[in-house]
Amino acid sequence: MSVVANVETRRAMGFRPTRAAGLIAFWALLLRDLRVLQKTIVVFAIRTVMQPLLLVFVFTYVFPKIGQGVGGSSQSEASFSTLLMAGVVGTSMIFQGVQAVALPLVQEFGYTREIEDRVMAPMPVWGVAVEKIAAGAVQALIAGLVVFPLAAVIPATPVHLHVHWVFLLTIAPIAAVLSAALGLTMGTRVKPQQVPLLFAIVVLPITFLGAVYYPWAALAPIRWLQVLVLVNPLVYMCEGFRLSLTSGVQHMPIWAIYAGMIGFTVVLTWVGIDGFRRRVLS
Amino acid sequence: MPNAPRGDKPLRSRPDERSTTSAQNTTRNPTPTRDPVEGQALACDLDNVIMTVGLSKTFPGGIRAVEALDLTVAAGEIFGLLGPNGAGKTTTVGMLSTRVVPSAGNACVGGVDVVAQPALAKQAIGVVAQSNTLDRSLTVWENLYYHCRYFGLDKGAARARADELLEQFHLADRAKADVYALSGGMAQRLMVARSISHRPHILFLDEPTAGLDPQSRLALWEILRELHGEGLTVLLTTHYMEEADQLCDRVAIMDHGRILALDTPAGLKASVGAATIARVATTGDPAALAAALTAGLGEGARAEIGDGVVTVYLKGGDGVVPRIVAHAEAGGFAITDLSVSEPTLETVFITLTGKELRE
Repeated sequence: MSVVANVETRRAMGFRPTRAAGLIAFWALLLRDLRVLQKTIVVFAIRTVMQPLLLVFVFTYVFPKIGQGVGGSSQSEASFSTLLMAGVVGTSMIFQGVQAVALPLVQEFGYTREIEDRVMAPMPVWGVAVEKIAAGAVQALIAGLVVFPLAAVIPATPVHLHVHWVFLLTIAPIAAVLSAALGLTMGTRVKPQQVPLLFAIVVLPITFLGAVYYPWAALAPIRWLQVLVLVNPLVYMCEGFRLSLTSGVQHMPIWAIYAGMIGFTVVLTWVGIDGFRRRVLS
Repeated sequence: MPNAPRGDKPLRSRPDERSTTSAQNTTRNPTPTRDPVEGQALACDLDNVIMTVGLSKTFPGGIRAVEALDLTVAAGEIFGLLGPNGAGKTTTVGMLSTRVVPSAGNACVGGVDVVAQPALAKQAIGVVAQSNTLDRSLTVWENLYYHCRYFGLDKGAARARADELLEQFHLADRAKADVYALSGGMAQRLMVARSISHRPHILFLDEPTAGLDPQSRLALWEILRELHGEGLTVLLTTHYMEEADQLCDRVAIMDHGRILALDTPAGLKASVGAATIARVATTGDPAALAAALTAGLGEGARAEIGDGVVTVYLKGGDGVVPRIVAHAEAGGFAITDLSVSEPTLETVFITLTGKELRE
């Protein structure tokens, strides 16, 4: 007589409950990604440090020294160094978050389809996608942390940071997840070979028009641009870091910052997970 | 007796079932959805480690890769899906291993409905995909270690298991190597080692020896026989008839998404209805030679003509060559070539489809 499988017989066969197995697999995939990060730490460090280093060096050291300071008077130059800090943190995080998720997917979705092994881990396919975001978010956070010492040491004019911890400790994690979710969306919604092209088409405009070098409110004279850049998630991130790190520098209303960041995080996470499932399952 | 092959009769898909499923296929959404099971899920029993009922896959664009597949595989069997490229073998393995969402039908693997509970089903299976899916960011040892961790082995157990498998699969001296540095045969061994590292109930291998040199192929067969000896259920796809013949307890011959015949290799070969197959070439008229041979060789002999060569199917196998030569000479035919063989799975495939198995 045939025995119908049920919870008891499965347990006897060595099955773990789905949720427990899924959480274990999630954690193990994260450990795997951290191990890979550890192995490539030098590349990661160069990738992370280079852009903010040059940005801070040119804008806040070279320009003031050669008398072409951004912002005009020396007072404005000083506050420029301060307001740029938030932009540098935001840019570094979005850059690393996107790269950390999107670039490995080029290989995993590539012609060897390595991903087919990763998704055989005993968890739902969406769980693997969430793990990608988690691993990317960790790297984005590290990138954000790395920027602080650079900003403190390099500028020729003093940087006046006023850390509002409540904001920083909420904005930074959301910004990290948002960056990684953007990476998942980019890495799953286009063909693997086209992902590097996306850096030119998406990442560059995002960083140049992301309220990095100026507060969003300062765009008021160019009204159409001020409205247009609201579709850029980096705007909310940079404004959020301005809120978290400075006093007396203009920023968006607090509700708008949080609404923009959370909204983009939710949408990009959903679009990214859906894209991941479509790529993996047929 | 878990290792005993099941004595099922050859299974042929019935036309009436096929037409119903085709109708369903056109109405159901072919794009993957979270849970395409409509209505009652299949009650999975534990006697059959793999069970499919009406399992079908139509890809977007209307390509029917698999049609109404009914299959049962018992615990401990090595089961082969034999067929040419494009027969639907890989899609079948894809559905059974949760990566392809069926358009219709149900499948149970290890007592779990793979469509309703894919995450749970993954605990029961190991997969060796057709391409090299090794983790290129990790070393050989780390590939095994992290795979074990995915499946819940703790640090110590995963370490021990990785070490043990490297020894068992003769890869210990490559432990710290990049997977890029492995030869094709070594990479395949590592893939198999990884796929069984979490001790799955069922191992799926998709064209495991395609592209391997003969030596590596034999080594892999040896490994699969050992795993079979340990009681592991294995489902493999292949388009090498020797592989299916030598390795499998039962073989399903697939073409165009359907199973044409299913039996033990011996049973399939017996279904050709001949113990010996002789191919005779002559300078004379092949049709006349065919007539002379069937008449002369007596009961059970039948002949076919293709490409100017007469193929004779005989019940018996003793003294075939002298008898054929004698009858041909008696009829005044000059024989230019004569070969005698036993039926192979290739013969079975040709008999069923009228075409050869190889691409």
